[in-house]
Amino acid sequence: MASDNTYESYYVPHNSPLPIFASLGLFLTVYGGGSLLNEMSSGASSNFGITVFMMGGLVMAATLFFWFSKVIEENHAKMYSQQMNKSFVWGMSWFIFSEVMFFAAFFGALFYIRFWVVDWIGGVGERGPSDMVWPDYVPQWPLLDNPNPEQFAAPDGVIGPWGLPLVNTLLLVTSSFTVTFAHHAINHGERKKIVGWLVATIALGLAFLVCQAVEYYEAYAHYGLTLNSGIFGSTFFMLTGFHGAHVTIGTIMLIVMLGRAMKGHFTKTDCFGFEAAAWYWHFVDVVWLLLFVLVYILGT
Amino acid sequence: MSAVIENHHDDHHHGPDKGLMRWVLTTNHKDIGTLYLWFSFMMFLVGGCMALVIRAELFQPGLQLVVPEFFNQMTTMHGLIMVFGAVMPAFVGLANWLVPMMIGAPDMALPRMNNYSFWILPFAFGMLLSTLFMEGGAPNFGWTFYAPLSTEYAPPSVTFFIFAVHLMGISSIMGSINVIVTILNLRAPGMRLMDMPLFVWTWLITAYLLIAVMPVLAGVVTMMLMDIHFGTAFFNAGGGGDPVLFQHVFWFFGHPEVYIMILPAFGIVSAIIPTFARKKLFGYDSMVYATASIAFLSFIVWAHHMFTVGMPIAGELYFMYATMLIAVPTGVKVFNWVATMWQGSMTFETPMLFAIAFVILFTIGGLSGLMLAIVPADFQYHDTYFVVAHFHYVLVPGSIFSIMAAAYYWLPKWTGNMYDETLGKTHFWLSFVGVNVTFFPQHFIGLAGMPRRYPDYALQFADWNMVSSVGAFLFGFSQLLFLFIVIKCIRGGKQATDEVWDGAEGLEWTVESPAPYHTFSTPPALPERSLA
Repeated sequence: MASDNTYESYYVPHNSPLPIFASLGLFLTVYGGGSLLNEMSSGASSNFGITVFMMGGLVMAATLFFWFSKVIEENHAKMYSQQMNKSFVWGMSWFIFSEVMFFAAFFGALFYIRFWVVDWIGGVGERGPSDMVWPDYVPQWPLLDNPNPEQFAAPDGVIGPWGLPLVNTLLLVTSSFTVTFAHHAINHGERKKIVGWLVATIALGLAFLVCQAVEYYEAYAHYGLTLNSGIFGSTFFMLTGFHGAHVTIGTIMLIVMLGRAMKGHFTKTDCFGFEAAAWYWHFVDVVWLLLFVLVYILGT
Repeated sequence: MSAVIENHHDDHHHGPDKGLMRWVLTTNHKDIGTLYLWFSFMMFLVGGCMALVIRAELFQPGLQLVVPEFFNQMTTMHGLIMVFGAVMPAFVGLANWLVPMMIGAPDMALPRMNNYSFWILPFAFGMLLSTLFMEGGAPNFGWTFYAPLSTEYAPPSVTFFIFAVHLMGISSIMGSINVIVTILNLRAPGMRLMDMPLFVWTWLITAYLLIAVMPVLAGVVTMMLMDIHFGTAFFNAGGGGDPVLFQHVFWFFGHPEVYIMILPAFGIVSAIIPTFARKKLFGYDSMVYATASIAFLSFIVWAHHMFTVGMPIAGELYFMYATMLIAVPTGVKVFNWVATMWQGSMTFETPMLFAIAFVILFTIGGLSGLMLAIVPADFQYHDTYFVVAHFHYVLVPGSIFSIMAAAYYWLPKWTGNMYDETLGKTHFWLSFVGVNVTFFPQHFIGLAGMPRRYPDYALQFADWNMVSSVGAFLFGFSQLLFLFIVIKCIRGGKQATDEVWDGAEGLEWTVESPAPYHTFSTPPALPERSLA
């Protein structure tokens, strides 16, 4: 903490229209999304859900654009003190912690299913009598034989770790290095290198997403591994899907940072936006390594 | 206290805008605190009306007023609205008003995000309440929304319920990040963590709990959404999933959640009791450690909500003993409050009455919690009115009383006027009698075997249900008196001094009453070695 005489004044913005638009955008997005899902599931044909959903997405995207522009502008106008920067650092750190807990819920679900439920349904362990419902069911993992095959058609196979997933691991681990090289380039003020390493990182991220899409296609087309193929498909797509969504968000963040780097933003002491994106990227990378070990290697 | 510099002015000092847009666009922590508190009170009345529908139906056995389907919607919505719409926003509102003033900060750390956190809530609850008018009705599966009631057998409005929960989660997480960053980064120079008022400490830990478990709630409702609309099998044993998985993930969120609703209350009571006992809080350090211990334990006891679901015996025993451990730090707290009052020069203004009632009645709720923690006994109590009595004792005369106490205690600082003490005391006694008449008999009918969440019951439960309903209406209508007192206080009354209470300590009492729109634009100098 600074002592009294070195204390800079902390910037408190006056009224802002940004948050109310963000609230409205968020509301329209989820209200439209919810209507859309209900229309889909009930088979009703209506454009209401999709229209509201798209409107919400637009409002949200525009608001975020203006919000971040405003923050960057204020930063360039030297309105932020060192203490303000610390608030951003803490804020981003706690946000990433909340994301960690979000994934923890799905990893926890996988753990519980895999170590207890699959056996218990088959009558193994203390809950012996439960195998009376589906006597033909054999507990195994990955679950290629669902307890109730009429409701959930089991997959013919699952995706092994040593094909595309290994490639994806190499892509993401490499991208963690390239983003760090970009950071070093910022520290040394080497403009061209910042842009170069960022482009490399984004390319690796996009390559990852393409591989993931190919993998999903394989799963659906060749293995019958789908969202409704029982609990293996459920946990597999939930974990890899949300991870993929986070890679997408991370890539968008990096693209924004690339744009800013090309405009000449970021110096050694003033590059929090970049750092936040880089931390997010490393977080996404760590989640992938957990996925690779727990879902692909130990799970198949 | 004289060393503290009062009332700073600097060049970009400005007051509030006029009109409605002040409230929509504001980034001021006091405005946003006020918004949160009014929103919370509105939700308290809405959720309270739902409770009165429930109690009116249960006044006599048989079906008189509502159909069972609607009764289920009322129990569900009452719980959701009170937990997420009344209690949690009230504490966030208090944090907004008080944390910056208590630590000498100019505002919350991220003021625009602060506005965003609040304004998500009216949308979220508007959407949740709109489900009442949808085809198939509102969510009817209980506030714990157990699968498969909330998935396979749910009304279509469940989709909007899920997204409303997502919005509340986003709001809570952003609000908590704001509180935590404010506390960690904006304390006045020289204020160490162990110098902070306990309200700030308890909110620091509460914010940590919120950031840790709200994403887990988001995870579990997302799994529901996938099961409902995309054919996944998380909670369906036919595909290798398990409805019990829902309960585990839900209660991993749910148990820390109940401490989220009580830790700030501990902080409030720890501020009020020393003031009116005119003594320093007994055992400050142990209060901090006890709060941290309770928070830690809250993560490892969740399955005590599910003893009858068929867990292995080792699991039942573990969760039983772990749960009982919580009584130790909680006991430390109750002991410290009593020890603070011991030989104090006590006076009994309204905030103190609520605080003392909190200590006594929360302890009753805590002790019935210990009874419920005993596995073999819980097989009898589970899902009976005994459980209802238990958690209402910790939430109503616990959390809600602490919020009332806080309102009376800090209203003079917020408005600059003293509230009407006679009316305040009347409100307290009506509430105190009302709460006990409502919930104490529920212990008896619960132990006698009346299950919760049914619109009808066997004849032998009739008398106590009637008593309980009378109490509920007494308590409910007494809250209109509270509304009257608050409005009266805002509009005028005896001018409050800056210190307001003669035993009060803390930076918020060093600024004038009412607190200026901007406080501590430059940080205050702290009194030497005080628990500022």
